[in-house]
Amino acid sequence: MLRFLLRRVALAAVTLWLLSVIIFVASHALPGDVGRRILGPFADPRAVATLDHSLGVDRPLLVQYFDWVGGLLHGDLGTSLSFHTPVAELLLRGFGNSLKLAAVAFVIVVPLSIFGGVIAALRRGKLLDRVITVGGLSATAMPEFVTSIILILVLSVTLKLLPISVQVPPDTDPLTQIYHLILPSLPLVLVLFGYIARITRAGTIEALESDYTRTAVLKGLPWRTVVIRHVLRNSLMPTIAVVATQTGYLIGGLVVIETMFNYQGIGQLLFTAVSQKDFPLIQAGVITVGVIYLVATLLADISYSLLNPRIRLAGRE
Amino acid sequence: MSAVVSVGRQDSAARARRQAWVERLRLALRTPSLIVGAAVILFWIFCAVFAGVIAPHDPLAPDILHKLLPPSADHRFGTDGLGRDVLSRVIYGSRGILVAGPLATLLGTVVGTAIGLVAGYFRGMVEEVLMRITDAFLALPTIVTALLVLAAVGGSTTTVILVIGLGFAPIIARTVRAAVLSEAQLEYVEAAKLRQERAPYVMFVEILPNVMGPVLVEFTVRLGYAVFAIATLSFLGFGIPPPSPDWGLTIAEQYTFLISNLWWPVLFPALAIASIVIAVNLFADGLSQVLER
Repeated sequence: MLRFLLRRVALAAVTLWLLSVIIFVASHALPGDVGRRILGPFADPRAVATLDHSLGVDRPLLVQYFDWVGGLLHGDLGTSLSFHTPVAELLLRGFGNSLKLAAVAFVIVVPLSIFGGVIAALRRGKLLDRVITVGGLSATAMPEFVTSIILILVLSVTLKLLPISVQVPPDTDPLTQIYHLILPSLPLVLVLFGYIARITRAGTIEALESDYTRTAVLKGLPWRTVVIRHVLRNSLMPTIAVVATQTGYLIGGLVVIETMFNYQGIGQLLFTAVSQKDFPLIQAGVITVGVIYLVATLLADISYSLLNPRIRLAGRE
Repeated sequence: MSAVVSVGRQDSAARARRQAWVERLRLALRTPSLIVGAAVILFWIFCAVFAGVIAPHDPLAPDILHKLLPPSADHRFGTDGLGRDVLSRVIYGSRGILVAGPLATLLGTVVGTAIGLVAGYFRGMVEEVLMRITDAFLALPTIVTALLVLAAVGGSTTTVILVIGLGFAPIIARTVRAAVLSEAQLEYVEAAKLRQERAPYVMFVEILPNVMGPVLVEFTVRLGYAVFAIATLSFLGFGIPPPSPDWGLTIAEQYTFLISNLWWPVLFPALAIASIVIAVNLFADGLSQVLER
């Protein structure tokens, strides 16, 4: 068990290091002249040189890389070029806001998709199964801005059920805040529903066909008990893994949703950074996204192995 | 003598393979999701090719006096914020995504398949290094990777195709590697190695044809994501610049009209994207049913 965990952590560290190289290469080496990119093609060469110098981008690439990574390791993410505030502060605030939005999405989608997946598996091949499977597949494939348009039109403009605006006065009570976050979280729910329901369905079907389920049925347990005690416990394990890996997609979706609804989270921050060519913010923002993904998958692996004795004991060779 | 025998054997092998393909084609024609998906995709290809003939109006000509007209006989989908005909813009708008989507996916499939073949064939250090780099790329959502690169090199249709294509390569490399791992242990690979065939020959001539099934399925699945990603990037303003009738861009320009219940300039391009995304996914689903039987 311990060896398994250590190996996973080591792999994550290697991945993180490679990620830092990729981000550095993409954002420092590719643009060539950073100052020129920021100031535009008609700027005075002297102004470009001055900006390059003050940004430190006229130094050798290796020096810049170690300087940047050193800063990251000390928690110094640099200063944003467009907001003129420390990047760490911006990211922390954005991360908090995104977390609220993502939490609302997860609270809705996890029970819903597990329920959907289990129902689909129990009614395999029937109409309800086809509706959930094909509907989930289509919803998953739909870009968030397309589903947002349709949801805004139906839920806000026509039925007037949910507010479009996410802007609420800061002193509003939490329930109203959550109420305003429901509409922007629904496109994320739709994307995630298909994935999670599909994995839950597959896991449930496998559990239903297993010998232990047959034994439980044959020894006369009521069907409800079989499903809850024997099938669900096993079928939900893969679901945990998939929920964690979806955090990656979730952040991609947040870029669109937050930009569209003008919600100040990490996604909108990334979008602003990219459109303003705010390189310190881009670099730190992207590596934060990578870290979130790696931590989530690591936690998933750990909880998965804690739940699954086959993995938990495999390390004891 | 032995040459004749081996030619005969190759002949029958080729016939068997052809028969397998005929059988698959017959199966394909009985797979509803494949047919429906293909029909919708063909419909949009038709629109893109004959846009000049079927579009009732100029997609770019503004007409401020007739802006935001609701759907009518003259403008079946209404007019947008600049008085342009929405129907014509939806028809012309199919062009961008129908070119960029397949090109990006093709690029990703070619590069990814090459990486996957090399990683799965050589194993050891080569595999370890390639797969670690792949993992690092997979830690970032495609949209974020794309934004990172687009910030550095600037947005255009070409960069979007390159970024999405290369962003997909690691994902495809994984699938191909997994397929190659099981193939590489089979006897025909061993035989080719014993004949002292060179590694590229074994990889591309011997192994590649046998992993084409997973590669094809992966291509269609990725095509769906490519449409998703390219539409999203053009919605965010990193694709074709205005006044292009591109669907994602159009929605970005006009979605604030929704609040005033002016739905037609936005809903029709949104439905167009939705239909093409669902069609590609139905097609991918059908294809994997046919090939994995």
